[in-house]
Amino acid sequence: MGKIKRLHSMLEAKELSCRELVQMYLSGIEKDNSVLNAYVKPTPETALNAADAVDRKLAAGEKLGLLEGIPMTLKDNISTRGIETTCCSKMLRGYVPIYDAAVWEKLRAQNAPLLGKTNMDEFAMGSSCETSCFGGAVNPHNLERVSGGSSGGVAAAVGGNLAVYGLGSDTGGSIRQPASFCGLVGLKPTYGSVSRYGLVAFASSLDQIGPIAACAEDAALVFDAISGRDERDSTSCAFPGSSAAGGLRDSVAGLKIGVADEYFDGVRSDVKQALDRGMKTFEGLGAELVPIRLPSIKYALPVYYILACAEASSNLGRYDGIRYGYRTKGYNGTHEMICKTRSEGFGAEVKRRILLGTYVLSSGYYDAYYKKAQDLRSVIIRDFEAAFSACDVILAPTVPTTAFERFFTQKDAVETYQTDICTVPVNIAGLPALSVPCGFGADGLPIGMQLIGNRFREGTLLSAAWQFEQATDGAFLKTVEMGVRL
Amino acid sequence: MSWEMVCGLETHVELSTKTKIFCGCRARFGGEPNTNCCPVCVGHPGTLPKLNRQVVRYAIMAGLVMNCSIPPVAKMDRKNYVYPDLPKAYQISQYDKPLCLGGHVALSSGRTIGITRIHIEEDAGKLIHQGGDTFVDYNRGGVPLIEIVTEPDFRSVDEIREYLEYLQLLMRYIGVSDCKMQEGSLRCDVNISVRRAGSDELGTRTEIKNMNSFSFIAKAVEYEMERQIDLLESGESVVQETRRYDDGSNTTEPMRSKEDAHDYRYFREPDLVTIRTSEEEVEEIRAALPELPDRKLARYLERYGLSEADARLLIKYPKIAAYFEEAAEGVASPKTVANFILGQIFRAMETEEDKENGEISVSAAHLRELALLIDGKKLNMNLAKSTLDRMLETGKPVSELLTAEDMAGVSEDELKAVCRDTVAANPKVVADYLGGREKAVKSLIGQVMKATRGKADAVAVEALLVECIRARG
Repeated sequence: MGKIKRLHSMLEAKELSCRELVQMYLSGIEKDNSVLNAYVKPTPETALNAADAVDRKLAAGEKLGLLEGIPMTLKDNISTRGIETTCCSKMLRGYVPIYDAAVWEKLRAQNAPLLGKTNMDEFAMGSSCETSCFGGAVNPHNLERVSGGSSGGVAAAVGGNLAVYGLGSDTGGSIRQPASFCGLVGLKPTYGSVSRYGLVAFASSLDQIGPIAACAEDAALVFDAISGRDERDSTSCAFPGSSAAGGLRDSVAGLKIGVADEYFDGVRSDVKQALDRGMKTFEGLGAELVPIRLPSIKYALPVYYILACAEASSNLGRYDGIRYGYRTKGYNGTHEMICKTRSEGFGAEVKRRILLGTYVLSSGYYDAYYKKAQDLRSVIIRDFEAAFSACDVILAPTVPTTAFERFFTQKDAVETYQTDICTVPVNIAGLPALSVPCGFGADGLPIGMQLIGNRFREGTLLSAAWQFEQATDGAFLKTVEMGVRL
Repeated sequence: MSWEMVCGLETHVELSTKTKIFCGCRARFGGEPNTNCCPVCVGHPGTLPKLNRQVVRYAIMAGLVMNCSIPPVAKMDRKNYVYPDLPKAYQISQYDKPLCLGGHVALSSGRTIGITRIHIEEDAGKLIHQGGDTFVDYNRGGVPLIEIVTEPDFRSVDEIREYLEYLQLLMRYIGVSDCKMQEGSLRCDVNISVRRAGSDELGTRTEIKNMNSFSFIAKAVEYEMERQIDLLESGESVVQETRRYDDGSNTTEPMRSKEDAHDYRYFREPDLVTIRTSEEEVEEIRAALPELPDRKLARYLERYGLSEADARLLIKYPKIAAYFEEAAEGVASPKTVANFILGQIFRAMETEEDKENGEISVSAAHLRELALLIDGKKLNMNLAKSTLDRMLETGKPVSELLTAEDMAGVSEDELKAVCRDTVAANPKVVADYLGGREKAVKSLIGQVMKATRGKADAVAVEALLVECIRARG
């Protein structure tokens, strides 16, 4: 039984009140957050108000929804009305939104106690959480390592037992990589299946919000709660078919699992071994491994960085100090104000990407970079479509390594970008992908296995992951002995 | 050696939809600055645009009445540039796949003006300069616009004026915009170059901005043409640049040079999906279009027998035309109705605005009632006119203003008696008339009308007076 269902039955059985449950997490945050730096803004009042609403329902004998009263967190790029939303950037320190993100509206309506907003790379640009203006979050498994990025705070919180689940965002791997580094399940949904309304945009055609949780069942329950068409997001769509959580117990016998050599290039040997063992486990469950080819994914990294930075350079143009957020002091005229505000308000990585994005869109270079990347995007999409005619699910590493050492990513930007190599292809193709823990590295740190599906096949991915967890007795699902132990 | 102008226009028309193009804020508003905005149109972090389908429909309507084709697939693009009145630092517009392509408009001379394209986009906010400071009001941000681009087919200022007036008329007829330059719902930039008459080549053009009325456009174009001709005649060349018209000095000045020209870094708007328009939809929109001015003019000449001048005056204001048609329904002499409108009713209106709004205190039904009474000879023209004045003042119908007795007019005997008395009291006029000045009788008509409290028919009165005068002679 997953954590969410276990807590749900404890609440309904009145083993503890919701307020007590939430209070345990709030105390855990007080005790351990300074070590993990997972939360950038705890919100105890908000959490306790939701807890009280749940307790009132329980007292009145009403039934609870599965997510009601389950303590959770939101990455700090998800808009929360009345609660500061900074994207961990100096540019948005003090910015308090006047509206809620669609996903938060849905969860708030289910009395989800929001424990606080969690740490992230600035404007979601990074792979370690260390470009955050609040400093990075650390890995609960090893405090000398990062928890990952850009949803590093959510992963550190869930991995360190300071939240049951959280919502992160994934543009090039920002849910899956931290989940992999921290031994958690992270799902990047099919592009369009979760509303982006209220997600501070990094790269509009690549961003998606998704759950980071302790196990496949939990991830499935959260995904079901947040997915669906939202009129305010024209790129969102109704999720076809049945719920993801409903089909968890589906057998994987006969499931065709595609393995592409292209994904295993440059992957560390202990990671490869863990993936091999994972493949054997699936074979033991009756799945069939099928070799497939994805020749164009060698272009995925440059395509990703060109498209993501191009869109980001446009999406971040609005931060000029005029209407909200940081504004420089001491300036003569609007032009100087805008220049100084942006120079002072943005960190180095954000500036790097804005410059790169502006360059690839500029006149004279547009065809060579942006247009070419868009054309290659179509090729990558077609490669995946062809692959899915030969298999049901693609299995690959999530990251070539385990969690980086702290400050590793600050040494060389391009070397850091290379570590995204396994995660970016599905963002380009708009496909769903799940990272599920499948082993530990030679350094004792968690390793994640990536399951990739065709559009709207979250159900297949989650059930495969669930079957894997059952077959391995949840051996890789251990969260760390800190925070709240239940 | 004579020169000719080569000119194209880029016109922005504000659409009169209920809400803005990408959010639910009202598109029409008055009121305090920054009170008609929401997170979307002010560009708060995390917000997304949602395309108002009515905007697409209005743009297609405009395209159809300008004879454009409507491609089945169109898209939105981001035009990136930094300016304080542009909240997102990009304008969502259309670059290479606009909603309408390749149309034309016929001028009265028979020449046609090619319409290159029509696309939709959002308006920016407004900068307000006050006492050395600059303020931004985002109320207007997100208001839907169509941009209509013509081929460089204009050859004279008159053609430009005719086109703009016709454009205004068309947009008002189909109800997509009230197209008022003074209110900013019609804005026009001019691209102009000159060349030797007879040449096929295009000279270097400049773009002229900041003209707030048709007459300023005319003046700016004339000035710029002269300026370019002077340059070229003295052996210099025209610099391709954007120039600003200054109405104070009636000159144009350079705004920004090519070095400062914006690189808009257009790319497809990722937050909005492709706009697909089927042929069925286009035909449905076409079928739902109201009667256009040209068709209406032809109909007014044929069916109502109006003069072209009168017909054009009525058609100029769609609401007045509708009013006229309702009031003339079933009336034997629609000319009478037209005259009432173009005469007394127009005179009672104080501004052009009133005519555009069609605010008339006499309802069409009441005017029709009046006209039918004249048809049935129950009311003579004089009494009708004075009654109409009273109707305009009070808003009341004929039945409340005139009794049956009033309308019955004057009996023939009574009228003869009054005429005889009036003639008897004016021997000088009699003498004048009999002496050959027949027009002298006219001075007596007024007296008779006064004596009969306007109830007599002036024509009949004149005839009777003449009879009485002759009887004396």
